[in-house]
Amino acid sequence: MSSSVESLVNKEYKYGFVTDIDADVAPKGLNEDIVRLISAKKQEPEWLLEWRLKAFRGWQKMSEPHSWPNIRYTPVDYQAIRYYSAPRTQKPLGSLDEVDPKLLETYTKLGIPLSEQKLLAGVVAVDAIFDSVSVGTTYKAKLAEQGIVFCSFGEAVREHPELVRKYLGSVVPASDNFFAALNAAVFSDGSFVYIPKGVKCPMDLSTYFRINSAETGQFERTLIVADEGASVSYLEGCTAPKRDENQLHAAVVELVALDNATIKYSTVQNWYAGDEEGRGGIYNFVTKRGKAGTNAKISWTQVETGSAITWKYPSVILQGDNSVGEFYSVAVVNGWQQADTGTKMLHIGKNSRSTIVSKGISAGQGQNSYRGLVKVLPKAEGARNYTQCDSMLIGNRCGAHTFPYIDVQNSSSSTEHEASTSKIGEDQIFYLKQRGLNTENAISMIVNGFCKEVFKELPMEFAVEAQKLLGISLEGSVG
Amino acid sequence: MLEIRDLRASAGDKEILRGIDLTVNAGEVHAVMGPNGSGKSTLAQVLAGHPAYQVTGGSVLYRGQDLLDLEPEERAQAGVFLAFQYPVEIPGVTNAYFLRAAYNEIRKARGQEEVDSMDFLDLLEEKLKVVEWEPEIMSRAVNSGFSGGEKKRNEILQMAVLEPRLAILDETDSGLDIDALRIVAAGVNKLRRPDNATIVVTHYQRLLNYIVPDYVHVLSSGRIVKSGGKELALELEARGYEWLEDAVGAAS
Repeated sequence: MSSSVESLVNKEYKYGFVTDIDADVAPKGLNEDIVRLISAKKQEPEWLLEWRLKAFRGWQKMSEPHSWPNIRYTPVDYQAIRYYSAPRTQKPLGSLDEVDPKLLETYTKLGIPLSEQKLLAGVVAVDAIFDSVSVGTTYKAKLAEQGIVFCSFGEAVREHPELVRKYLGSVVPASDNFFAALNAAVFSDGSFVYIPKGVKCPMDLSTYFRINSAETGQFERTLIVADEGASVSYLEGCTAPKRDENQLHAAVVELVALDNATIKYSTVQNWYAGDEEGRGGIYNFVTKRGKAGTNAKISWTQVETGSAITWKYPSVILQGDNSVGEFYSVAVVNGWQQADTGTKMLHIGKNSRSTIVSKGISAGQGQNSYRGLVKVLPKAEGARNYTQCDSMLIGNRCGAHTFPYIDVQNSSSSTEHEASTSKIGEDQIFYLKQRGLNTENAISMIVNGFCKEVFKELPMEFAVEAQKLLGISLEGSVG
Repeated sequence: MLEIRDLRASAGDKEILRGIDLTVNAGEVHAVMGPNGSGKSTLAQVLAGHPAYQVTGGSVLYRGQDLLDLEPEERAQAGVFLAFQYPVEIPGVTNAYFLRAAYNEIRKARGQEEVDSMDFLDLLEEKLKVVEWEPEIMSRAVNSGFSGGEKKRNEILQMAVLEPRLAILDETDSGLDIDALRIVAAGVNKLRRPDNATIVVTHYQRLLNYIVPDYVHVLSSGRIVKSGGKELALELEARGYEWLEDAVGAAS
């Protein structure tokens, strides 16, 4: 690890480049006409337009949440943002061969090769989202042989309207919260996955999100449905160019795990975090939630190193008996980053179980908050929760905060909460330096050790990337 | 190998080392003894470059190099090893991983090729014998949940792997029962070579029954007040530090 971190020791955010590509963009601002325009651009059916409009009208009556999250920022000017930007193409894409070479080049530069022959044979299938649209999905045909649907959201609406209509908004309703309502009104694309009954998806599925255009928000929506007894592992990665202005990313992810199904969702989030003065960076307001049926399992693993502001609480509604929810999180703030992140585990089913392992790392002037809710409803007999919430501080100007809420309404259930706060001490760093490691490698080793319980939940390639990212994001955190 | 001249160092406003002179040649074992607060651990820490201490005067030449000019990791890479009095815990990082990282950093600094994990395991197997340890210890997190004796043994294992030119053992005997002491001391003896040197910092003579020094130095109030052969340690054991401090006090 130390050598790979060392080779990546450059303070530059290396994904900060802009692709010069002709784009089809909507005028700035948000009103019903924009919602209609987006829907029309995507040739959506009437029901979906109505769903969007209803969400939009609801959103207009809501206000940006500023009182409870432990984050400080100037309210977003929603009329100064473009809600649609798509690389201009002559015709709908039939296959990857028709994708603009500039786009393919962009993804290659990001380390995400989209040509299937270049991908390791059959390991990962990728859906790439560039600004507002999906630019290509790999291995679609191979997956289709088993009845698995993995495509862009737009395509799913066209090809599998019955599935989309049945599950869209079933876990995160359009009225759920301010950002979810905004997303429901203006979401442009995203990924859709359906795993049929009893099918184990033979490879990891992956979506790669890229914001390119300036003054553009990204509002993708991901919907994953694992039918009874099905299982899937899904990976999500994100980057954006460096820009002085803040850019908004308000995504929604809904997971539906029917009886006996398993969904594992892993995220490595590396949006641009802003510069040393705290200028620019992505505002990352994301609603992620899953619903687990009887004996079903939903597992969230996230490594959050980017974004100026992170506001997200991947949650599980443990509806079925014996259902399992897991949340493994590493959140790193450095510079002027702020994160308010955690999870909600809602125990409804009998003997439902949840595990929360949260590792918060604060450096620079960063502020990191864990916010979690464990709620056990009256009928959730025998429900169990275990929460472990550890914070690590590097330097004297950062902060770590914990807001755990526990609401238990069933006396046969049990909840456990463990928390710790530690500071990387001079003694720890000196010890490693005395064994020949430089300061950066010493910190990287200590931090990676601290995060081990979460990293071991990540698929192999992701775990390696996460370790490298930690090294980069903590670069220069100790003077 | 090591020439310390009039070394002075403080922690904050407090001067702890008040002019240390000491020469250590290859192949030698020096014991630095003294009562609590005499500055012997500070000397060890200053030689390793601990940031809590400021060097206020004097010089330290190590193999012809100005040691005080080097970062702690550069000193380690140049072959200076400190066995800590209080080894630090690194949760989540396995002993094997940590040791290989350290081993490779030092190799890299010397222009040698890094060793992959398979080759390193072979090397480890040999080194574990030095401290009479089973390989299981390598998959535990560094010093995490280790007993006092295990931590000290782990220091000697690291020393065996990293093969320092100058090893400084800071109160390695403290907190050890007699069996652990024997194992640790035997480990140190196995690592003695004509081309390396060892400084043993200790309060008690006990350790020196096992690691027999060529020279013994007694530190008091930040100065070496007496130097001699191994018999000096026995004399101290019999008469206590007060005898020497009184004698020094009377002389000045």
